[in-house]
Order: sequence, then C-alpha cells, then structure tokens
Amino acid sequence: MMTAKIYVTLKSGVLDAQGDTVRSALETLGFGGVADIRIGKFMVLTLQGLTKEQATAQVEEMCRRLLANPVIEDYRFEIDGSVG
Amino acid sequence: MKFGIVVFPGSWSHQDFSRVIVEVLKEEACYLWHKETDLKGVNCVILPGGFAHGDYLRAGAIARLSPVMRAVAAFADAGGLVLGSCNGFQILTESGLLPGALLPNDCLHYRCRWVHLRAENRHTPFTSAMQPGQVVRMPISHGDGRYYIDQGGWSRLVEGNQIIFRYCDAQGELTEKTNPNGSLDNIAGVCNERRNVLGLMPHPERAAESILGSADGCLMFASILDAFVHA
Repeated sequence: MMTAKIYVTLKSGVLDAQGDTVRSALETLGFGGVADIRIGKFMVLTLQGLTKEQATAQVEEMCRRLLANPVIEDYRFEIDGSVG
Repeated sequence: MKFGIVVFPGSWSHQDFSRVIVEVLKEEACYLWHKETDLKGVNCVILPGGFAHGDYLRAGAIARLSPVMRAVAAFADAGGLVLGSCNGFQILTESGLLPGALLPNDCLHYRCRWVHLRAENRHTPFTSAMQPGQVVRMPISHGDGRYYIDQGGWSRLVEGNQIIFRYCDAQGELTEKTNPNGSLDNIAGVCNERRNVLGLMPHPERAAESILGSADGCLMFASILDAFVHA
C-alpha cells in the first residue's frame, strides 16, 4: 500500500483571510518576521493495487478534477515520500 | 410555468422558493431530488441555498457530482433557464456553468443581513423587469460568498456585461463598506455568456413579500416569467 499526501493552498494572488488573521495573531505574540501565511488542506490517501506511476497519474487527476479548484487553489502531493 | 427546485442533502432554501412560486406567483413548482436524472419537463431550474453535502471539501464541490447536475448542465446547454442562489451559485461555479469561485468571506464571519444590490444589466431573462442601475434590497446569509476570478476572467465578465449584481449602498454607490464579504469588484451575481444561467449570493426568494421586508426579489421572478411567456 502506498500513501499520497496532498497539500492544497490558495493561489498566491488570492487573499487568504484566515492566513492573514493568524499572521497578525503571531505578530501580537511578538513574531514579527512572518510575511505571509497560507492555510490550506492536507489530505492523506491510502492507495492500493496501483503501481507508483499509476498512483502518480491518478492523484494528479484527482487533484485537478476534485480535490483542488484550479480557479483559486494550487496543489502538490507526495507519494511514499517522493514529490509528484 | 413550471419551476424545478433541486434538493440536495443539506439544501435549506428549497421550501422558501417553493412558497414564492406557488403562493406568490401562483405558478407550478416541483422538487428535484439530487439523484434524479430527469427534470420532469420544468421550464426553469432553481439551485437553492443551503449546505449541499455539508459543503465538504469546498462549497458546491460534491454537489456538482450529484446525478441531477448532469441533467441540469444539458438543460443549460440547450438554453434552459438556471438560477442559483447562495449555495446554488457556489454549485454553478464549481460545475463550471459559471465562471469564478466563491471563497470564505474576508471577515471570516458568517454574514446574515440585508444588502443593497445594483442591477448592472437588465438584458437578461432574470433582470428584464428591473430598471437600468436599479437598487434592490435582498438578504444575504453565507460564510463563503467572496467572489473571485482572475484578471483575465474579470475582463471577460466586464466586456460581456456578465456582472449582473454588485453590492452597493441605498443610493447605488459602490464602496468597500457596502461589500459584505470582500468580493472582487463588489460582485454579487454573474451570468454566463449566453445569459441563461445566473448565480447570485443574495436570496431573492427571501425578499418576495413586503411583509418580510422587501418584495424586490419578485422583479427577478417577474423577469423569468416574462422570458418564458415571450420564449
């Protein structure tokens, strides 16, 4: 069995209101060196019956078609620790 | 005229729409469960507000995969009228039937309040009963209503006169203060290029009887009826 770890965040040009709020909270705590925070989604998929190539292709398609919205979000993923 | 109101698990405005159509407009309404594949011969499809499928992943992301949405897309493709309000708007953007996306409100709060909207284009089947630039009053009730589209997409909307409603004040002025959720360019509603699919975050069905605070939503329903009569 393989594991796919998927990270989805808002695109850099899209205001991340939650990230901004957390950034100012960190500032309140004295952490002034944070320029930007992106708060996104982290998904862990357990895959079975797939070769690594198949898994990579399928996860890519899953991200494109459902797990991320290309209008507002970027995604990246790792399968078994490798970056896809 | 027969309206079909799609009901997803988690829809909550379908009964409000039904009441307005049947009791106020004296027209016919039927519910279309999200597993339906047949639209029962309706003349207009309504995607109501709510939290379809719990809004899991993103608002509208799961709902667009419901069987009924394939029929709705075919209906829209054939020129049928499709109106999405609130969650319905989110489902239409996730489906690709309307451009752009709806993000969490910039204030991070759920906003439930009355807003003023400026009707930017009356040359649609949904707004023909409005005057150019008319200010109408309807409620909003959403957490994810911040309309976003990239620069190129925004230019196409402007050029195509597809921005149908903008959040404004009672005089029709657009300011940052009148924007309840941080929407790009104060956008509250857009339509497709062909003008037969419209989505807006406000609730016309909750502003269709003056006893409830506004009957301005009736202008949208009157427009739809007029489009049907003259089709």
